[in-house]
Amino acid sequence: MRGARHALWAACAAAAVLPAAGCGGGGSGAGGPEVFSASWGDPQNPLEPANTNEVQGGKVLDMLFRGLMRYNPRTGAAENMLAQRIETSDSQNFTVTVKDGWTFSNGEPVTARSFVDAWNYGADLKNNQKNAYFFGYIEGYDRVHPETGTPTAHTLSGLKVTGPRTFTVRLNQKFSTFPDTLGYAAFAPLPRAFFDDHAAWVKRPVGNGPYLIKSYTRGFMMSLRKWNRYPGQDKAQNNGVDLQVYTDSNTAYTDLLAGNLDLVDDVPAPQLKFIRTDLDGRYINAPAGIIQTLAFPYYDPSWNKPGTAKVRTGLSMAINRDQITDTIFQKTRTPATDWTSPVLGTEGGFQDGLCGDACRYDPVRARKLVREGGGLPGGQVRITYNADSGSHKEWVDAVCNSINNALGNDKACVGNPVGTFADFRNQIGRRRMPGPFRAGWQMDYPLIQNFLQPLYYTNASSNDGAWSNKDFDKLVDRANAESDRAAAVKLFQQAEGVVRDNMAAIPLWYQNGSAGYSPRLSHVALNPFSVPVYNEIKVG
Amino acid sequence: MGRYVVRRLLQMIPVFVGATLLIFLMVNVMGDPIAGLCGERRCDPATAAQLRHEFGLDRPVWQQYATYMGNVFTGDFGTAFNGQRVTELMATAFPVTIRLTVVAILFEIVVGIVLGVVTGLRRGRPVDTTVLLLTLVVISVPTFVTGLLLQLLLGVTWGWIRPSVSPQAAFGELIVPGLVLASVSLAYVTRLTRTSIAENKRSDYVRTAVAKGLPRHRVITRHLLRNSLIPVVTFIGTDIGALMGGAIVTERIFNIHGVGYQLYQGILRQNTQTVVGFVTVLVLVFLIANLLVDLLYAVLDPRIRYA
Repeated sequence: MRGARHALWAACAAAAVLPAAGCGGGGSGAGGPEVFSASWGDPQNPLEPANTNEVQGGKVLDMLFRGLMRYNPRTGAAENMLAQRIETSDSQNFTVTVKDGWTFSNGEPVTARSFVDAWNYGADLKNNQKNAYFFGYIEGYDRVHPETGTPTAHTLSGLKVTGPRTFTVRLNQKFSTFPDTLGYAAFAPLPRAFFDDHAAWVKRPVGNGPYLIKSYTRGFMMSLRKWNRYPGQDKAQNNGVDLQVYTDSNTAYTDLLAGNLDLVDDVPAPQLKFIRTDLDGRYINAPAGIIQTLAFPYYDPSWNKPGTAKVRTGLSMAINRDQITDTIFQKTRTPATDWTSPVLGTEGGFQDGLCGDACRYDPVRARKLVREGGGLPGGQVRITYNADSGSHKEWVDAVCNSINNALGNDKACVGNPVGTFADFRNQIGRRRMPGPFRAGWQMDYPLIQNFLQPLYYTNASSNDGAWSNKDFDKLVDRANAESDRAAAVKLFQQAEGVVRDNMAAIPLWYQNGSAGYSPRLSHVALNPFSVPVYNEIKVG
Repeated sequence: MGRYVVRRLLQMIPVFVGATLLIFLMVNVMGDPIAGLCGERRCDPATAAQLRHEFGLDRPVWQQYATYMGNVFTGDFGTAFNGQRVTELMATAFPVTIRLTVVAILFEIVVGIVLGVVTGLRRGRPVDTTVLLLTLVVISVPTFVTGLLLQLLLGVTWGWIRPSVSPQAAFGELIVPGLVLASVSLAYVTRLTRTSIAENKRSDYVRTAVAKGLPRHRVITRHLLRNSLIPVVTFIGTDIGALMGGAIVTERIFNIHGVGYQLYQGILRQNTQTVVGFVTVLVLVFLIANLLVDLLYAVLDPRIRYA
């Protein structure tokens, strides 16, 4: 590494002569002591809490904001953060009391109004917030955010500030686990500066989390520094993080190997083979709340007639999950045995082995079931996926190979790539899927409800295959109205049983989060959302 | 001369309109970009409709194009999906890519022409054969292989450079990416120069110059090289546009946030405003570079006159 330093100096010296020269910014020691660098991607949307629905923007929000609840980075359990207490007697009316002593990093106190204003902003149609539907359970949402036409109100009638630190929430339906959803970034409080000078705030967001933004060059880099007067228990254990935008995760990984970067949280699949020797054990492979499934187009009559459940089960049994997760994903995926995720824990509703034989590779029974079910609709299944990211092509081809081998038919399954993610979503939205399609689900909050209701409830927001089942809907309604947590989970599990009996979607595998880090760092961990727990990382 | 330039500038107008229209339609054919903004779920219809309205996507394509072009002439390139002005993106991306292109062109001119002259003058000698072989290797290996290989060797194994370029992207950091970007063209420049030199070496005016007793370096630089450079200049001139637009691969490998990065991001997110804006500027660069090349002919060869 001595050589590297010399060469870097030489390059810097050469560059110093030129006007636009800028040196430094390297991993080790750059940006002050106990500051480390981490890989990042350019957030797709402006960094507003209710407008950020992807992981790159989510990373920053997790450092900048603390909401009423926070999901424990290890267990995923929702714990009170800014909430002193959230009380309800009927699972529909909630009284929230905000803890005293919290402020935003600009000194403004966090009050009940900080929350109510932020939620009203997020729900209002005129603000184009992509997470607006999170406020859909609150009464008055249909007037603030109507399906068509212009809004008739700009504040949610279900939100009322009753004191400096208390407010009430009235929902439009019973939803006992509503408080547990409040750890999602969309529910974060916002300072007045957000509303008064929105353009300036978006350029450099101000929040109430353990970090504050020192500088932000969009599309390049964000420097976050520890906020010394942060009042919470989870203070930053380092002095700051420099997030660097990488276009290609391979380059980020190369930079990590060369010692220019300290933390990479998206290790590209081709590198996984050698990562243990490359990084000498500084590698994490931890379960995340992500499940990959194959969904079906139930709007197509050929997939919605009796008997097709047998075909779907047959297809499920024709997929050799163990082999695919081993060879293609190097064990960064775990074969799925239910429709939720292990990060929920047994108490949260995860049931190992719920799928049973239907998710186990058994070519003989697979062939039999497909035949009994009336054969593959149209004689062939075409699995649609977007070819622009991830290693979707690899695994879809592998799944098809597995199906073809099991069914003894070279043309039983083919992949159907779509060029971009946007176009893929577009075709799904227009109900143009010619057969099963890739469906990935990353949880918003660690509740079994989040793995079932949005995906399988009639007309739910992510029910892309338009599956509909009265029994399932009834069980979900009952579960949401149930005030006892354990009983609610039981009911959700029964609902999941309905999904299994109809094989509404084929569970493929649970996805893990992976990260590699430099020898300077310790206490590196990934939370259940596969985001590094930045505030706990120690440098040196 | 003046009339020629005016004529050429006028000819640019249909090329410009045609190229932008084509790009506009191509991005449009890819479908509704709003669907990709909401992750793995359906965008809620009300928000999607409003976004579509704000970006003008709810109007017919020809209207979108007309509005867009109208705005472009007033210097407004629209807004990207992440809320940034496209002009703002251009202001950060183009300087970086221009620096990268300058480095690449310098490599082409200095290394390419020198190697070309040397091999052209010593045709058939070992140095000629070696360089020929080397250029053949460079031409046949794709850029991403050279790029990744150099990055791994120089950046990780030997640790001479940083594998990625910092956000400032100073000239010093762009030497290796520039070399990678220039490599294939460099090989072509070498070969072009070599052939041209070798041919002209036997021409009458060179023999005359030698016979007059001029010093060797003067014969080469003033008489031989100047006349041999015309095809090379044509090549380098058209290469400017190709290098700026074709840097996607190199920029990705070295994490350079230039034009290629913005285009790649824009295509992935089906961001019409970004893609069309950047391509429009690239088309302009291409057209102007071509015009300059044509004008340079007259400087190099006094026999060429434009009227």
